[in-house]
Amino acid sequence: MTFSKPQKVSLATLILTLIALYIILPAKVFGLDIPRINIKIGTLDFGKEIELKQGLDIKGGLQVTLKADMKDILSQDRPSALESLKNVIGRRVDLFGVSESGVKTAVSGDDYRLILELPGITDAQQALSLIGQTAKMEFALPLYTPGKTASDAATLSSFTPTDLTGADLQRATVTFESQDRSPAVSLTFKETGKTKFAKLTKENIGKPIAILLDGYPLTMPTVETEIIDGNAIITGQFSTEDAKALSVQLNAGALPVPVTVLSQKNIPATLGQESITKSVAAGAIGLSMVVFFMIAYYGWMGVIASVGLVLYGIFTLALYKLIPVVLSLPGIAGFLLSVGMAVDSNILVFERYKEEIRAGRDWRVGLELAFGRAWDSIKDANTATIITGLILFNPLEWNFLNTSGSVRGFALTLILGIFISLFTGIVVTRNLLRIFFKGQTNKI
Amino acid sequence: MNWMKHLPIYFLISAMVVIPGTYSLIRYGLKSSIEFTGGSRLTLVTVKSSPEDVLQAFIDYSPILENSENNSLTIKSKEISQENTQKIIDGLKKENPDVKLSDFETIGPALGQETIKKTGNALIVASVLLLLYISFAFKQLKYGICAVLAMFHDSVVLLGSFSLLGHFRGVEVDLLFVTAVLTILSFSVHDTIVVYDRIRELSHKNKNVDFVSLVNQAVTETMTRSLNNSLTIIFMLLALFLMGGETTKYFSLALLIGTITGTYSSTFTAAPLLVIWEKYLSKKR
Repeated sequence: MTFSKPQKVSLATLILTLIALYIILPAKVFGLDIPRINIKIGTLDFGKEIELKQGLDIKGGLQVTLKADMKDILSQDRPSALESLKNVIGRRVDLFGVSESGVKTAVSGDDYRLILELPGITDAQQALSLIGQTAKMEFALPLYTPGKTASDAATLSSFTPTDLTGADLQRATVTFESQDRSPAVSLTFKETGKTKFAKLTKENIGKPIAILLDGYPLTMPTVETEIIDGNAIITGQFSTEDAKALSVQLNAGALPVPVTVLSQKNIPATLGQESITKSVAAGAIGLSMVVFFMIAYYGWMGVIASVGLVLYGIFTLALYKLIPVVLSLPGIAGFLLSVGMAVDSNILVFERYKEEIRAGRDWRVGLELAFGRAWDSIKDANTATIITGLILFNPLEWNFLNTSGSVRGFALTLILGIFISLFTGIVVTRNLLRIFFKGQTNKI
Repeated sequence: MNWMKHLPIYFLISAMVVIPGTYSLIRYGLKSSIEFTGGSRLTLVTVKSSPEDVLQAFIDYSPILENSENNSLTIKSKEISQENTQKIIDGLKKENPDVKLSDFETIGPALGQETIKKTGNALIVASVLLLLYISFAFKQLKYGICAVLAMFHDSVVLLGSFSLLGHFRGVEVDLLFVTAVLTILSFSVHDTIVVYDRIRELSHKNKNVDFVSLVNQAVTETMTRSLNNSLTIIFMLLALFLMGGETTKYFSLALLIGTITGTYSSTFTAAPLLVIWEKYLSKKR
């Protein structure tokens, strides 16, 4: 048995549809468990239900833009200082235990910012006062709990703080060792720190000293000798990058970067849920109106176009879950709008087809011609939409264009919508028509 | 059909919408949300005092009462931190023991300025790229210029409508609205390109037919497609506008207005502009 090309394409589409359906189906449908296949690709686990990621405006939570005050930081150190700040604040955010929280950095002109998204946070003030604290660096002695048996290694259990803090540190720089030119980090202490550091090193020769930023150890060098002049060098198996990163973090501890709230938005979860239920209902009604219209106007062709439209919906949802696209309210609007645009290619083709029939062509020839000739318009028109979509999405994160999450969410759904609709509206519909459509044979 | 015979009527209809809109834009401008101006918006629930008393408590931040119903108040004010808001609310607790902050949003003025600038940049970049793309795709500058002019027509209609809505109904323009405007720019061009494409195709086939007849034929042939396509989008948007959530209500309305004007302009602005260009500008050569 051999298949014609349309049959092959339709079969491939059917398989794709089944895969997509599997992806979008929840774990249970009407109380029935859907059997799951145990395949893992990267972080995707097909064995579990794949969740649709919801934006903060749907889930509710806290969105904050923080401004980092960099006036005391040398301008070439600012980007790395911002990175180190992101790590510190990211760790604090993790303390809240909210899933899918996000910390992003953004630089705009001379402004260094952090954008935080904390889904599900209701007490915004408490969260902010914890997150917004200036990072504190301290030198501490690690405490080890001996292993239960002799063969068990001792485990690090806690730190004993000392009187030496980040405020005593003058600066940290990257140096290279005189013997083998390997990278190292040198520390210079202020006058206040010299004596404290001398005492600390004298008492702990042969033992490690931890440098903690925000309670989290940055490094734990072992003291080799007493240092009285306030100049220490941390050596180790550093790469130049590691040494640089460590010196930046140490400097951030010596000269902490305070943050202020630039913008803040608390979103109650109920509002989003209400909106999403309404939007989904509105979308369903709009979609059935489109289907009804297409069938009423184009008959059997409209039925096939509607099948293409349903496939469009299934593929889109599956891709949203796979990529994953974070679905926000504007994103849902973008999706629904692209549904409207998805039928455009069908309408263009069907109108062409009618013209070809009027011109006296056989329906088979007319159908192929219609797809061929409508393609020019479809291509040009959709390119224009993609251009605008890309400007809104701003994939290269250009500073002079928008970087707002909601606008980009909308743009992403719009761009995806165009590509998927080109596939379902042209490839799928065309092959389905070739198999299932029969026009009237022209008698002329 | 001889569509292009009634050119003045089409431009008159456009003028009837564009002129009041432009007047309103110049006179009243757009009502910007705090996303552009900077400031704060907060909603208090279980308020017992009168709205005036609550506003009085926020007097340092020039508060404006936006909404008050069922013991809940929404206030728009100058930028205020949540800490200071909480202090004021604690002060209100005497008369309103159960008062709580349910919704809070604040945006620094600098951030607002930046958003406006970036939005302007996006509009300029979009216009230039679309102009270049169309001129390139059709190999003639006149197609690009006329399509972009029709696109500006649609933006003015949309901006004008929201200026009027802002003045009379207090509808605010926010980042979502900007998104809607940019989407409409692309929809407008999308629709225009379909008409232009037909003109180009016909002009290749019939070298000896005069331009006006070509345009007439192209408009006739694309009319059904244009209407049907817009109808399907309008179905979607109307459902969203009437039944969708509060957050996307005016976003849907903006898209709806844009779709209607975009459909109108591709046939009744973009095509006539080409005819006029051909009539007056091409003669000088």
